[in-house]
Amino acid sequence: MTRSKNLAKWLISGPPLLYLIFFFAIPTAMMAFAAFRFPGDYGGLMPLFGADPQTGKQVLLVNSHNWHDYLTLDNFARFFQEAVYIELFIKSFGYALLTTLLCLLASYPLAWLIARSPKKWRDLLVLLVILPFWSNFLIRVYAWMIILGPQGYFAKLVNTALGFIGIAPQQFLFTPFAVIIVLVYVHLPFMVLPLYANLEKHDMALLDAAQDLGASRWQRFWKVTWPLSLPGVYAGAALVFIPALGIFAVPDLVGGTDGIMIGNLIKQQFLDSRDWPFGSVLSIMLTLSVLLMAGLMAVLGRGGKRNAL
Amino acid sequence: MHSKQSKWLWAASLLVYAFLYLPLVIVVVYSFNDSRLNAEWVGFTTKWYGVLFADDQMLTAARNSLLIGLVSSIFATFFGTLAGLAMYKYKLRLLPILVLTPIAIPEILMALSLLMFFVALNFTMGYLSIGLAHIAFSIGFVAIVVRSRLQGMDESLVEAARDLGAGPLQAFWRVTFPLILPGIIAGALMAFTLSIDDFVITYFVAGAGASTLPLQIYSMLKIAVTPEVNAISSLLMLLTLALIVIAAKIAPGALRASH
Repeated sequence: MTRSKNLAKWLISGPPLLYLIFFFAIPTAMMAFAAFRFPGDYGGLMPLFGADPQTGKQVLLVNSHNWHDYLTLDNFARFFQEAVYIELFIKSFGYALLTTLLCLLASYPLAWLIARSPKKWRDLLVLLVILPFWSNFLIRVYAWMIILGPQGYFAKLVNTALGFIGIAPQQFLFTPFAVIIVLVYVHLPFMVLPLYANLEKHDMALLDAAQDLGASRWQRFWKVTWPLSLPGVYAGAALVFIPALGIFAVPDLVGGTDGIMIGNLIKQQFLDSRDWPFGSVLSIMLTLSVLLMAGLMAVLGRGGKRNAL
Repeated sequence: MHSKQSKWLWAASLLVYAFLYLPLVIVVVYSFNDSRLNAEWVGFTTKWYGVLFADDQMLTAARNSLLIGLVSSIFATFFGTLAGLAMYKYKLRLLPILVLTPIAIPEILMALSLLMFFVALNFTMGYLSIGLAHIAFSIGFVAIVVRSRLQGMDESLVEAARDLGAGPLQAFWRVTFPLILPGIIAGALMAFTLSIDDFVITYFVAGAGASTLPLQIYSMLKIAVTPEVNAISSLLMLLTLALIVIAAKIAPGALRASH
């Protein structure tokens, strides 16, 4: 009985486990390892295997005597020594943080409205939030290229307005402004959904009680609704912040030279400079940042719940 | 409800809905604009759809995308359903980590590690590497949908079947499977959309010759945007809308389960 149960367990979990070990775990481990290697003569990685000069057979070149010719910490040293990389990380953090804040600002009233709507309306209102998000990512970015483009109605309208105070003409496409607005656009549903899921569960009697006790509208929000919604806020923040931090296509298409982020630097190291070890270091730094933020959000999320109860 | 407050709430929410939809409406409207520039409205035309259907590269890319989407979503649904079942039934440590991390990390990390992996294996990159990568990132999404469907299932139905003499396999095929089928279908549709839409991972593992719709659109956006992009975008939106309607018909509530 226990043997056949064990067999069933492996038959069910084995195939996806093997697939993901092969096409996720091993590649990820390879990338982590690459951060400690040297670049090859023509880019990529310096090979660890090669022909033995005597026998001509393929052998492992690295051994306990010569490992320092193959493994190094220099790639990490380079990251910490050159200010420009740290600066780009800080800038990308700033963009992702601003995106998260703007998403939160836009999502809160919407999530609240949906959560307070009659039950039969809620699914439809939620679907209306998700729907644009199901259309291709590049199309959503492209739509903003049209809107922000220099010949478009938006640029002309805003520049006419700005003309009166003498700061026109301004460019909108290929600026950090374009990066932020598009990042907000493509990540908005990730904030609305967890926030709505949280707000839906709130007990409205608490707000009535607060009102009876003389709380103003602002106090009711700040002392009751907001602390109770913190777990949703942190969940949404993690869902927006993490992908926004690593994105490269948005800055690539609408950011211009000022708008680039970590993702663009990583892509450039892999494809243009072909310095894979350094690209791997940047990837590891990105991963560590993401893990740090995810851990922070998880801890804050729990704390938020505790504070609220 | 306090009417003044809800008025503000409605106004703010309508603004956000407008923000969500306006860009997509603009793409569709401009796909009928009789001008090479996406700037001012000149007049109505359907010629960009004509240009699109005469563009062999675009049509090949579209066919590739559909084919890769179809094949990879079948495999992803198989692996993902098993993963969802395993995560629901057994206390496992490694599998949930492997299933959920690809969803949580920035896409570029998975893309580059797969690039390194294929290069290290001397694997010629092309449609096969794209498909293998698409399966890998879709498994998690399918697993989550299937698991949430299992969690919503009434376990006593399976027990009843067992009491009536059904073996574990029979109970699975006759009771569990039909009950979670809507979730599996929803997961499959999701894997299909994810594959058709994916740009980042495809971009890195496509190799030199392979092309998919997102790669084709990306290169157009980088080089020369013509209203042909509006036309293909509008058609893609129509396709996604159709998929959602199908999903809602087959598996009501599946859309909610998937997000």
